[in-house]
Amino acid sequence: MNNEQRLLTAENVAISFGDLEVFQGVSFELNRGEALAIVGPNGSGKTVLFRAMLGFIPFQGKITWASNVRIGYVPQKLMIDSQFPLSVRDFFNFKTDSTAVITEALNDVGITGDHQHLERHVLNKSIGSLSGGQFQRIMIAWAIIDHPDVLLFDEPTSGIDIGGEETIYNLLHRLQTKNHLAIILISHDLNIVYKYANKVICLNKEMICYGEPHSVLDPTSLSKLYGGEAKFYHHEH
Amino acid sequence: MSNLLSAISVGALVGLASGYLGSLMVLRRMSLVGDALSHVALPGLALGLMFSFNPFLGAFGALILATVLIWVIENQTKLPTETLVGIFFTLSLAIGLLITPEPELLEALFGDISKTGATEAILAGALSLVAILAGHHIYHKLILGTISEDLAKSVRIPTKKMDFIFLVLVSLIVALGIKVVGTLLMGALVIIPAAAAKNFSKNLRAYANFSALFGLASAVLGIIIAYFTSFPPGPMVVLASALIFFSTLFFKRN
Repeated sequence: MNNEQRLLTAENVAISFGDLEVFQGVSFELNRGEALAIVGPNGSGKTVLFRAMLGFIPFQGKITWASNVRIGYVPQKLMIDSQFPLSVRDFFNFKTDSTAVITEALNDVGITGDHQHLERHVLNKSIGSLSGGQFQRIMIAWAIIDHPDVLLFDEPTSGIDIGGEETIYNLLHRLQTKNHLAIILISHDLNIVYKYANKVICLNKEMICYGEPHSVLDPTSLSKLYGGEAKFYHHEH
Repeated sequence: MSNLLSAISVGALVGLASGYLGSLMVLRRMSLVGDALSHVALPGLALGLMFSFNPFLGAFGALILATVLIWVIENQTKLPTETLVGIFFTLSLAIGLLITPEPELLEALFGDISKTGATEAILAGALSLVAILAGHHIYHKLILGTISEDLAKSVRIPTKKMDFIFLVLVSLIVALGIKVVGTLLMGALVIIPAAAAKNFSKNLRAYANFSALFGLASAVLGIIIAYFTSFPPGPMVVLASALIFFSTLFFKRN
């Protein structure tokens, strides 16, 4: 792969908080348009790795982004309750005041309708009152509004809509293809990883596996990753 | 009567600024910080009275000192800030109560806007406007930092710097508000208008504007009632804001 395609290189990254080592020896690469999944049990440091990639916390090793890379970030949740006086429009206004730009981002995540419909049923709604799936869509729209090269998506443990219309994963996959967007996804669902990720990192104190999901997610690495007998390791298409 | 007008105009501007900045404090779950901070002002105020310099400057100085300390403690140590803040603030109140000259103690605790001189009134008005304008400038950045610090950092907002500027503005407005409602009741002037506005506001603009408006209305209403009933203005201002709060409960959104 030539250098123009390379977005991110992580070499031997280790993170510890005081005496507590979260993980060590994490190395991987990400190219334009790729989907990389990070899996591991709770507390294995997946979100911590995200925060290191974003430069929020100190780490050992080396994380190198392509120059002028634009990063979109979707955190698991916001610190808001249902009474928080913040409308969806307010939320977008942190980035842009242009209704046209906001509408385009909404359309990109599958929220469509005429101006009045969007105004009443989306933009004027308070962000704390949205359903889990709607909220995720808004968060993704917010992250992609300034056309990033890569999207960091921290999947919530609950609240993702399943079935019905286009799922969040279909949506991410569509954005990946259409906008040639690279995606790094923290996932709790191996089905999703098999289906959508080009590469996967298994994280538990160290990097247990790295590579294409179908080749590296074998019983040995899964039992090392989740401990004991892995209940799930094979996925038929 | 000119005294009343001067008191009303100062009260209006201080109330407006308290309500506006209070709206940020409530969303940042700092409701009780305003309350606690106002207690820190007391020793500073007392020093001003004892050594005959402007008590406002004493209060503001003490508040800035406390603010810097909180900020440093928050950023440099792993000690539970809440506990430290609690100890620090009650200690300040105790010291303040001991060193405030007795004739002025009641005024320091509950405020007395009716004794505001012309220079003081102009200064208080101007500083309130500064607090509002500066608050407006960082409002959105602070809110984004409140709902997700990581998200704010991801769009390169210097969250720590914003937090510090905000604490300085809060110190300023608490020092000003002490003149209106006193150190014991200042917490109410920043919390209650915002809590009332939050009851029915669905977006930021409505919330911030109503909070500022309720702060203004509470101060003006309280001062007028106090003038005609000869009760002290501080408690009247708080009663007025509470009245507004309970009225908004009828419009509370689900």
